[in-house]
Amino acid sequence: MFGRSEKHMALAERTAEQAIHGRSLWKDAGDRFVRNKAAMVCLAILACIVLFTIIGPLFAVWDNETIDWTAMGDVRGLGAPSVESGHFFGVDDLGRDLYSRVIQATTTSLLVGLIGAAMALFVGTLYGITAGYLGGRIDGLMMRFVDILLAIPATLVIILLLVVAGRSFIMLFVALGAVSWLSMSRIVRGQTLTLKNREFIEAARAAGVGEFTIMLRHILPNLLGVVIVYTSLLVPEMILAESFISFLGLGISEPYTSLGALIAEGAGTMAYGTIWQLAFPLFFYVTIIITMFFIGDGLRDALDPKDR
Amino acid sequence: MLGYTLRRLFAAVPTMILLIAASFVLIHVAPGGPFTSERPLPPQVLANIEARYGLDQPMWKQFWDYLSNIVFHFDFGPSFKFKDRDVNDIIAQGFPISLTYGFLSFLVASAIGISLGIAAAIRHNTWIDYFAVSLGIAAQALPNFIMGPILILIFTLQLGWLPGGGWNGGAWPYLIMPVIALSTSYMGSIARITRSSMLEVLNSNYIRTARAKGIAERHVIWKHALKPTLLPVISYLGPVFVYVLTGSVFVDIYFSTGGLGQAYVGSALSRDYSVLLGVTILYGGLTIVVNLITDLAYAWFDPKIRY
Repeated sequence: MFGRSEKHMALAERTAEQAIHGRSLWKDAGDRFVRNKAAMVCLAILACIVLFTIIGPLFAVWDNETIDWTAMGDVRGLGAPSVESGHFFGVDDLGRDLYSRVIQATTTSLLVGLIGAAMALFVGTLYGITAGYLGGRIDGLMMRFVDILLAIPATLVIILLLVVAGRSFIMLFVALGAVSWLSMSRIVRGQTLTLKNREFIEAARAAGVGEFTIMLRHILPNLLGVVIVYTSLLVPEMILAESFISFLGLGISEPYTSLGALIAEGAGTMAYGTIWQLAFPLFFYVTIIITMFFIGDGLRDALDPKDR
Repeated sequence: MLGYTLRRLFAAVPTMILLIAASFVLIHVAPGGPFTSERPLPPQVLANIEARYGLDQPMWKQFWDYLSNIVFHFDFGPSFKFKDRDVNDIIAQGFPISLTYGFLSFLVASAIGISLGIAAAIRHNTWIDYFAVSLGIAAQALPNFIMGPILILIFTLQLGWLPGGGWNGGAWPYLIMPVIALSTSYMGSIARITRSSMLEVLNSNYIRTARAKGIAERHVIWKHALKPTLLPVISYLGPVFVYVLTGSVFVDIYFSTGGLGQAYVGSALSRDYSVLLGVTILYGGLTIVVNLITDLAYAWFDPKIRY
């Protein structure tokens, strides 16, 4: 028969394959992100740091609370970083092992960033989508409230909440969450406002889809790109805020520690020739922040291609 | 424009009152007052002290007195910890200092950041661009509380060029490190915002038209591209102001400049609620005012906005 040769069959099969494997927007975005060398390198470095906080404790000779009395007597000499004494990063001013303390602090700071951003993600998205979709007077009222809260500098709010409710781990997360969702809700609301008058929403409504389902199935997925980008930019911001407060001595309290607290300790003792107490936490801190900036930028370029 | 200004001013009033109310309530529901101590005071003495500070009145009465004192007399009440000082005294002593180096940092960061961003955009994809971008990202990862120790380590401990702290009436050797520490991070942000904004403007149609007409490149950049380039920078001024305010808290502590930040953290640690409340309201109020000015400047700068 006509067109039944082997070559034709193969060609037909191949075109059919191509038609089936369409390129979704997400696949495109993923490809763009993978092509971004800076972002990929930073992702690898960040993965190494996360891995270090997980398997690092297995190699620790000292835990983070035990005081090494010999090293404490001569922090500058015996307390210096060395492999023989088991203090890979040296000891802190009280003779505690800095290697374990840095791991603990890095874990805390990463957790603070993730949880703070996650709270912003849930509360901010929910609030913003509700305000934007309902619109009208409710929207005005809800956004007025956000504007008022945004008028108070975030760091001061966190300090105020920590002073009023007492300093604790939970309160720190609550305080960070209390300020982080505000700008997220504004962004989500703005996006929802532009989305809700588009034709496909009208089509869904005409087809008889419920309001709640429209929000969940049609608006939310279209917000995802913006939300992901903003969340990734929020993580380093949360870490910065927490470190700032811990540096002032108003954040996390002993025996817990964060990178900001360790940097503060190191900065206090650097005049006595124990520079490693500043250098190691500072190194981890700056690396985490810079890699997160690049990853956030990469995500923005990947998910928001018109912004270039 | 006038109508818009008046409307915005009018909208700022309820925001301000709600800010005061929220901070007031938050602090007054907190457990443990400023007079709670290890050794409890005799009830009669405590009652006398509370009467002296008006803490025995019902909550709404306390709030009304507080609010009307602020509005009509600009009086934030007495400090709970320092018997002989008002919150006003503490603010009057510390605020001018914080304002001085805060304003200087703002100028330095804007001048360097904007020039760096413009240079990077004009010389797009050359070594100047790469240098400016790397500098911007590095600067952003070095917030004030990181820059402070690094600067002290280099200029005070190693080189011995600059004093490690103090104010000395604002003499310039005492100003350099606070200003650098405070301005570095948002200098980076301003540089990056300016760069991307200028790139976008330079790629727009009307710039291509201007170039096609044969206008000199210098003229194109300074006369045509600069103003729209600065619009996103202007809207970033609000966050910059907040950054300077909170950053000054660190600078005051770390460089012992004697500004308002020292009093603020001191009051937070010793639960001196009236100082804490006063400074929060002052900073919140200033932020509202600066946001208002930013919006007005934006409306004045942007020909597309008509109110």
